[in-house]
Amino acid sequence: MINIEIDGKQVEIQRGSTVMDAAHKAGIHIPHFCYHKKLSIAASCRMCLVEVEKAPKPLPACATPATDGMKVHTHSETAVKAQQGVMEFLLINHPLDCPVCDQGGECQLQDIAMGYGAPASRYSEEKRIVMHKDIGALISTQEMSRCIHCTRCVRFGQEIAGMMEMGMAFRGEHAEIMSFVNSSVDSELSGNMIDLCPVGALTSKPFRYTARSWELSRRKSVSPHDGLGSNLAVQVKNGKVMRVTPIENEAVNECWISDKDRFSYEGLNSPERLTKPMLKQDGKWQEVEWPVALEYVAGGLRHVIGSDGIDQIAALATPHSTLEELYLLQKLMRGLGSGNVDFRLRQSDFSTDNPPQSPLIRGEADAPPLTRGGREGFLPWLGMPVADINTRDRLLIVGSFLRKDHPLLAQRVRQAVKRGAQANIVHASDDDLLMPVANKAIVAPGELVNQLAQILKALAAEKQVAPDASVQGIEAGSVAAAIARSLDSGERVAVLLGNFAQQHPQAAQLALLAEKIAALCGAKFGFLGEAANSVGGYLAGAVPGGQGMNAAQMTASPRKAYILLNVEPELDMHDPQQAMAAMRAADLVVALSAYKHHATDYADVLLPIAPFTETSGTFVNTEGLVQSFKGAAKPLGETRPAWKVLRVLGNLLDVSGFDYDTSEAVRDEALSGMNVASKLNNTLNENVGRASPDMVGGAHPTKAQGFQRVADVPIYSTDALVRRAASLQKTRDAATPCVMMHGSELQKLGVQSGDIVKVTQGSATVRLVVQADDTLPEGVARVAAGHPATAELGAMFGTITVEPITGERA
Amino acid sequence: MEKITNFFKSFLLFELVKGMALTGRYFFARKITVQYPEEKTPQSFRFRGLHAQRRYANGEERCIGCKLCEAVCPALAIKIEVAEREDGTRRTTQYDIDLTKCIFCGFCEESCPVDAIVETRMFEYHGEKPGDLYYTKPMLLAMGDKHEEQIAKDRAADAKYR
Repeated sequence: MINIEIDGKQVEIQRGSTVMDAAHKAGIHIPHFCYHKKLSIAASCRMCLVEVEKAPKPLPACATPATDGMKVHTHSETAVKAQQGVMEFLLINHPLDCPVCDQGGECQLQDIAMGYGAPASRYSEEKRIVMHKDIGALISTQEMSRCIHCTRCVRFGQEIAGMMEMGMAFRGEHAEIMSFVNSSVDSELSGNMIDLCPVGALTSKPFRYTARSWELSRRKSVSPHDGLGSNLAVQVKNGKVMRVTPIENEAVNECWISDKDRFSYEGLNSPERLTKPMLKQDGKWQEVEWPVALEYVAGGLRHVIGSDGIDQIAALATPHSTLEELYLLQKLMRGLGSGNVDFRLRQSDFSTDNPPQSPLIRGEADAPPLTRGGREGFLPWLGMPVADINTRDRLLIVGSFLRKDHPLLAQRVRQAVKRGAQANIVHASDDDLLMPVANKAIVAPGELVNQLAQILKALAAEKQVAPDASVQGIEAGSVAAAIARSLDSGERVAVLLGNFAQQHPQAAQLALLAEKIAALCGAKFGFLGEAANSVGGYLAGAVPGGQGMNAAQMTASPRKAYILLNVEPELDMHDPQQAMAAMRAADLVVALSAYKHHATDYADVLLPIAPFTETSGTFVNTEGLVQSFKGAAKPLGETRPAWKVLRVLGNLLDVSGFDYDTSEAVRDEALSGMNVASKLNNTLNENVGRASPDMVGGAHPTKAQGFQRVADVPIYSTDALVRRAASLQKTRDAATPCVMMHGSELQKLGVQSGDIVKVTQGSATVRLVVQADDTLPEGVARVAAGHPATAELGAMFGTITVEPITGERA
Repeated sequence: MEKITNFFKSFLLFELVKGMALTGRYFFARKITVQYPEEKTPQSFRFRGLHAQRRYANGEERCIGCKLCEAVCPALAIKIEVAEREDGTRRTTQYDIDLTKCIFCGFCEESCPVDAIVETRMFEYHGEKPGDLYYTKPMLLAMGDKHEEQIAKDRAADAKYR
């Protein structure tokens, strides 16, 4: 620790800190543009010049290391003169078009010019003009002349987003910030450049000219998309959400948010929003009043219970629902006497659930056995705080489209790798993670279990212990050995299972092997939560208990009545084909949805429910952090928060205990007396994993039939909200999915990249463009799920056939 | 003594004489009454009357929709909606001033970076129905077109004090 004096204040700071750090600690503001705490130091703007005693010239505070006994003046005559001089230079080429600038009112240049600039400029010559470039649908560079060349966007791309998409071309007065010629900025974190830009050079394209910063009220919220639960400031004008910006939370999202969190608000104002309850009568949709619709639902459910039994009702909820909604849905179902409720829509292997015959442990002893769901035992979570990812030195990430599924967690892994961590990947697809990957095993989905078994075997050999019984007969390959060596050499290791691994038909096998690997090398073991409430759904008990059916069973053996909580079965389910068949066959489908979607084809009632900005609620993120939020805007039209709809439905169906006044009351009941942290449990049920050797051998699915499907859920197709965010849908990530296969497979089929092929899975055939991707293993066809173009196909995993069509090109 | 003077003053109608003297003095003094509407009082070039929106000489409206006038208006009389026009410029789609709320403080004029919203010398206007005094963008632009010459002259006269 060293002592330095700033403006007469003594500050004690760590050796190696800069004067800027010391000033920050002392609570003294030094004006700056290019300095940002999360980015490297450029010292290019020169705005933070301060006077240091015994130094001949003013020094930039951001790049000057503090030394013991240093005396710094930030407001002395020399410092002020230097700052004024710099500001005059910065404003020489700045257009001063603040009245039309979207940054006006929240602009650092504006503020600092007022605080530290001279009253007038002596420059009266022509200002330079920089022509704008089109860099995509999200960021507007319309007024690039405003740029002051702080290079924050460039450094963000290099250091945080992992790819340098912006750069400074030319020199001196001709210097320009631009993307590569004719290329757009495609990073899934690109929106942060808008926040970083201290002037109005990079602004939000969807937000352009729609509001001024002082008109907006900022309301706290939580991201409803990935499992991270990023903290958001939802900015509202006249009851309409105009934009979303991050709220800094070092433990969760630091100061970033992904583009999905930032721009999905456009879906809130989508013309597809459902604003009135609708009822299908005589094959025609009619808008009705709420009481009519709810009475119809209650009557319909009673009829099904009366004629076919309670077992014929099934409830499916999206994992992007709030804790309150999930809790009330399961309480309603259990109140009616059924355990058919699930939120794990894309999961296919449910053998991690306790055997059905095991008692429900969360129910109080005297309560009826079905009133509360949720079991002691398995509750998959990250296995560590989110912030701990940065400090790992060895990582094994199994089955994850990490960058697209978890943009900010990928960013944390990237930071860890930058500090020297080794990332090891086991996956079916070799997407560029924008970081050096130490070892990767890219194998077909059917080989994943085998690959993990190899790693376990190799790790046992590395540790010189007897290998687990289940992997006795496995021969470890060289990649597995390399991964094992890497894991063995680390001190702070993590083994993480991604969405792909959790959706895999052998998910339990994968989890069990990963857990054993983690146990063997003393690693943290965890699951990357797919959706906002992947943990919360378990806590709410929205999983089948007792005799209840899980999501797969509910569609595999069609029920008479379905309650869908914001689910679009053709896009959200593991097997859309099966799900749609079940929906079409059902007598009664009640769709609680924020949107008028395809439910009009098969549903009988549409109840408009509020998306996350219009309801209060709670998301439990992947590390088990319970974050509640309030509504930021009024519900649109006659939309109602889903918890209120479910509460009234509970009353109408005479289920007891549905007398809540607030969503807080629901939350408190759902989490009553629960220590969330102690509930999180990645330990698998002992019965699951007694892996039979043939499963480890990887016999599923067979290759002879066709190709093994690898299905990712594209980043802007994950949930109902982003699917309707117009600008995100214009990005490259939202392009219509192609069939991607190894080049040699294309040759065998006699097609070329760009040809249209027939893709058949189950009973459906779709036509898609085929693309060669030599990083994919042979025998694998990557066809995305969650997109209308592929919605007719079957399960996310399984066998698909690809046939050439002669003479058709995209 | 005072009693006696008062007695004589009331007896001789002194107050009446004094009052009539004042009346007489004004009777012969120079008249200041203005025969409105035939005659009008002189106005300052800073007179703050009815609002107008100006255009540039080429006919382009000046207003760029920065909303500073809306923000500064102490009576919340201004309502603006902005959108990007086809040519990419920032323009208002709605610019309303509720004259029944307006207190004619002139802050809108003061805050305008492009001298688009101005207060003219026009003070002779009325409304017969509710809503008549709710001025919309076309009305304000028409007002500006009508009085542009005077407005420009007044801004020029005031320029040296700014």
